[in-house]
Amino acid sequence: MLNLPKGAVNMKDTRLTIVKRAAQEIKDGMYVNLGIGMPTLVANEIPADINVLLQSENGLLGIGPYPIAGQEDPDLINAGKETITTVPGASFFDSAESFAMIRGGHIDISILGGMEVSENGDLANWMIPGKMVKGMGGAMDLVHGSKRVIVIMEHVNKQGKSKVKKVCSLPLTGQRVVDRLITDLAVFDFTPEGMILIETQEGVSLEEVKAKTDASFMISPSLILVEQVK
Amino acid sequence: MKNSKLMNSFKEAISDINDGATLIVGGFGLCGIPEKTIQALKEKGTKNLTVVSNNCGVDDWGLGLLLANKQIKKMISSYVGENKIFEQQFLSGELEVELTPQGTLAERIRAGGAGIPGFYTATGVGTPIAEGKEVKEFDGKTYLLERGIVGDFALVKAWKADTLGNLVYHKTARNFNPLAAMAGRITIAEVEEIVEAGELQPDEIHTPGIYVQRILLGTDYQKRIEKRTVVHA
Repeated sequence: MLNLPKGAVNMKDTRLTIVKRAAQEIKDGMYVNLGIGMPTLVANEIPADINVLLQSENGLLGIGPYPIAGQEDPDLINAGKETITTVPGASFFDSAESFAMIRGGHIDISILGGMEVSENGDLANWMIPGKMVKGMGGAMDLVHGSKRVIVIMEHVNKQGKSKVKKVCSLPLTGQRVVDRLITDLAVFDFTPEGMILIETQEGVSLEEVKAKTDASFMISPSLILVEQVK
Repeated sequence: MKNSKLMNSFKEAISDINDGATLIVGGFGLCGIPEKTIQALKEKGTKNLTVVSNNCGVDDWGLGLLLANKQIKKMISSYVGENKIFEQQFLSGELEVELTPQGTLAERIRAGGAGIPGFYTATGVGTPIAEGKEVKEFDGKTYLLERGIVGDFALVKAWKADTLGNLVYHKTARNFNPLAAMAGRITIAEVEEIVEAGELQPDEIHTPGIYVQRILLGTDYQKRIEKRTVVHA
């Protein structure tokens, strides 16, 4: 859908697994905000028969594909500061209106990247102490306003340590804000009863998920059933 | 109405912006920034500025020019990651930074312009930005008190103005500009075209002229693109 430039789709398989699974969260007719980076790529995996309007928090509802070379407009960018186009039916508005939409609960789904997620649904994705702080942008608003908050991230960091924690060690973006976490290994839901494993990604065993997850989680009865059938 | 809003030069328009002033500056990244007014401020050399703006430009453009010239004392922004000089000045303690979530920043500016001194938002509860802020529960949910912002001056970039200061923006270059326009005690708007009052349809005006005190025609806009993403036909 976004017609990404060549090179941009050379994702690692783990990231493609995550992005493809995240796209399944998007249903026809939704208003959707995709975060900068990996979440932006989810747009490419939305099936053609599903019509959604993508919101860009700098003031656009209805993000279109990247422009054809030579037709880029410096006055038309997304929240990642990339040149874009609009789809038919798009609208422009100012930043306060944009966040009224977000904070006011009008966005159906928001997909954000994560550095850490904890078992009670806390998200950390904006700063690492000791490193230069770049800022939170719109992430703190998005996690509180969207009807549904989906976090996508790799399950473990480069050192192989779990990013799915009992308690986040990094400063939070939001407390108890995540509805669903999608990683390259599994999908979890956050409920008042706690964190629940609802799916394992293809070729991933329950044992591997358990071994690579610091957080305590329950296992969905439907998932156990699938395991037994196998 | 006496047409006193049209200014002859950027130098004249910013002549009373003095050291220590608080400026609210429109733009998102380098999109919709008042590039001519910023350049004039660089030439004037005004120091100890507090600048409220979503971002701080890049090293050699936009507000980054004022930063490189050591004119900024404090930034209130949501994202400042595109600027190395920013990092150096922040780490050395020369530059004070107040990071504010983007939606909270937009609403703080809007509230300031609308005469609202504070408002409650759930954004930031349980995070480092909640430190020292009053909290209140409404219907069982916790909210933070955030303050409205008013600036001595607002620097705004619009697409078109009429001679009364009514403004129209272009695409996503609107962003923080209408909010900044509301929140400046004196709002300076630079535009790409000025038309006679009456030539803009009342229904198409984004910022009513009441918010705008000074209008300038800018020429030769650079409109730099930060991330040029295209497809090849």
